[in-house]
Amino acid sequence: MAGEPIEPTAPVPIIERDPTAQIPVRGSIAGTLERGGELDRRPIIAIENLWKTYHPGDLAIHALRGVTFRVNEGEFVAFMGPSGSGKSTLMHIMGCLDNPTSGTYLLDGQDVSGMSEFQLARIRNRRIGFVFQGYNLLPRLSACRNVELPLVYAGVPPEQRRQRALAELAKVGLSERVQHRPTELSGGQQQRVAIARALVTNPAVVLADEPTGNLDSRAAVEILDLFTSLHQAGRTVVLITHDADVAAVADRVVQVRDGQIESDSAAV
Amino acid sequence: MRLRDTLRSGLEALLGHGLRSLLTILGILIGIAAVILTVGLGEGAQTSVNSEISALGSNLLVITPGSTESSSGVFAGFGTSTTLTLADADALESKRVAPNVLAVAPTAQQPATLTAGSSNWTTTVVGTTASWLSVRDRQVEEGGFFTSAQVKDAADVTVLGATTAQELFAGESPLGQTVNDGNVALTVIGVLTSAGTSGSTNEDDMALVPISTAQQQIFTEGSSLSDVYATAINSAALSGAYQEIDDELLALHHIDEPSAADFTITTQNQLQATANSVNRTLTDLLAGVATISLLVGGIGVMNIMLVSVTERVREIGLRKALGAAPGEIRRQFLVEAASLGLIGGIGGVGMGVVGAIVIPHFESSPITISALAAVGAVVVAMAIGLVFGVYPAARAARLSPIVALRTE
Repeated sequence: MAGEPIEPTAPVPIIERDPTAQIPVRGSIAGTLERGGELDRRPIIAIENLWKTYHPGDLAIHALRGVTFRVNEGEFVAFMGPSGSGKSTLMHIMGCLDNPTSGTYLLDGQDVSGMSEFQLARIRNRRIGFVFQGYNLLPRLSACRNVELPLVYAGVPPEQRRQRALAELAKVGLSERVQHRPTELSGGQQQRVAIARALVTNPAVVLADEPTGNLDSRAAVEILDLFTSLHQAGRTVVLITHDADVAAVADRVVQVRDGQIESDSAAV
Repeated sequence: MRLRDTLRSGLEALLGHGLRSLLTILGILIGIAAVILTVGLGEGAQTSVNSEISALGSNLLVITPGSTESSSGVFAGFGTSTTLTLADADALESKRVAPNVLAVAPTAQQPATLTAGSSNWTTTVVGTTASWLSVRDRQVEEGGFFTSAQVKDAADVTVLGATTAQELFAGESPLGQTVNDGNVALTVIGVLTSAGTSGSTNEDDMALVPISTAQQQIFTEGSSLSDVYATAINSAALSGAYQEIDDELLALHHIDEPSAADFTITTQNQLQATANSVNRTLTDLLAGVATISLLVGGIGVMNIMLVSVTERVREIGLRKALGAAPGEIRRQFLVEAASLGLIGGIGGVGMGVVGAIVIPHFESSPITISALAAVGAVVVAMAIGLVFGVYPAARAARLSPIVALRTE
């Protein structure tokens, strides 16, 4: 089975940094200077000169070639690009599912670029809320227990878990469906359960990978409305999509192509 | 992750595939039941052999004619030689010669058909002396035993075993009645208390007569003895008694080299050790075969766990994305594997206990299942599940969340 950590190409030093000492050079980061008033906002994602290289056989494929950007607290950003553009790789690294080959990644002020698998698991659990295209709910568990799942790995006691899950399900409008299994719910409802699950740990950022890809247009609109209202409530939301209509709901659109950032609406 | 949650998610995964889990458990269950039954069978056989041997009497030494030392060159088959005589037995009775020997009972035996009225019964006629009763640690149910005087006079009297009495007299009191062996009419003066038949030799089917009567009037040939039973004064004196008997008999038989002895002395402990070692070899063999079936059960656990990991790649990927560390994934799968083993072990012990109750109704062999063996079996079953679960669990823990989430 694949999935062993991929070796860096050149002797790339993974720079260990003290998170508090690491202040990215603001001038080099697109979209921060221009928005003036947001300068004082805390960066949730600060990525600098990020490379990711795969080695299938003798080849060296650069999925990401020196990507640099920053997502501040409370932003609603869409990463757009065709398949093969590197946006999925970027999402995996942003989601701490994979390590970059080189470059630095500060998540909520913490350097995660050289972390072990165990540390990354802890970071994913506490700082990131995932929403997937295919919902990825466990079919044997009720909606409520699906939402509880991240809290199980956080070691939260059962009673507290249940209360927090029920509260999140209420926020996405599924109070009546807490004991239903995923198969008894519509696609839109399943995605709402997944969003509740992403929010239950109160993460620093919600990462949504093509969240409307499997939904009909009406359900898709509902889900996008839900993301908008999350943003309005102050959440940091990152959307990954190939669909310009979906990306349009975000405040800021970053175009990814050939492993590099082609354009960033905030930089205009 | 809390232990309770780890256990819960493991058990839920097993219940999710009820039939598959059940069949896997069955593999372990059969293995454990086979092991526990064979071990129980061995222990049961050992218990019955031991009680048979201790039923012979206490602090007992058995002297048999012939040597078991085949290297002596003059080897005469065990028990077939005719080198022991009454004179030997008389010599051992002497307190001066053998102070550690409490009593001696020489025996000579031959099969004979006895008749009483219209019934007849083929049994073993045993000629012996008055001390037989105490040496063999037996009791008389009714009547009495013959006295030394009756042995000296070669009186025509007999003491019957419980079975023999029942067969010849069918419930009537045999006391004072006459049994006939074809040559001589013997008056029944006593009936032995049943020794409780255990194992192959029936200690209740015999007719005891004074050895003088047997040799002079009943037996067709010779005056040799089949066994001489002797008891030591206490258990501490056993080895002393052994030595005295050995020395005296070698002297009487004019044998200089102890290895050339034409008799064999066996203690109860030796009898027990021999019987048990034969038993143990057989038990080990059977348990070995049963262990192989347990191993096959373990491979079944591994097989099903590997299938389970492959099938749940997406679930594993999701759990990892939500924050499950590799160790937590590994523990969940180990809990599943260990539970398969544990449930199989408990079921196997249950089936073994049922077998131990049912089988003795069809077979004569007793089965003893000790609590220790039962607990041990459950622990072993769980360990087997755990050991065979290590590799599948490690595979699950190693899965990359990206690859796992991409899998359809």
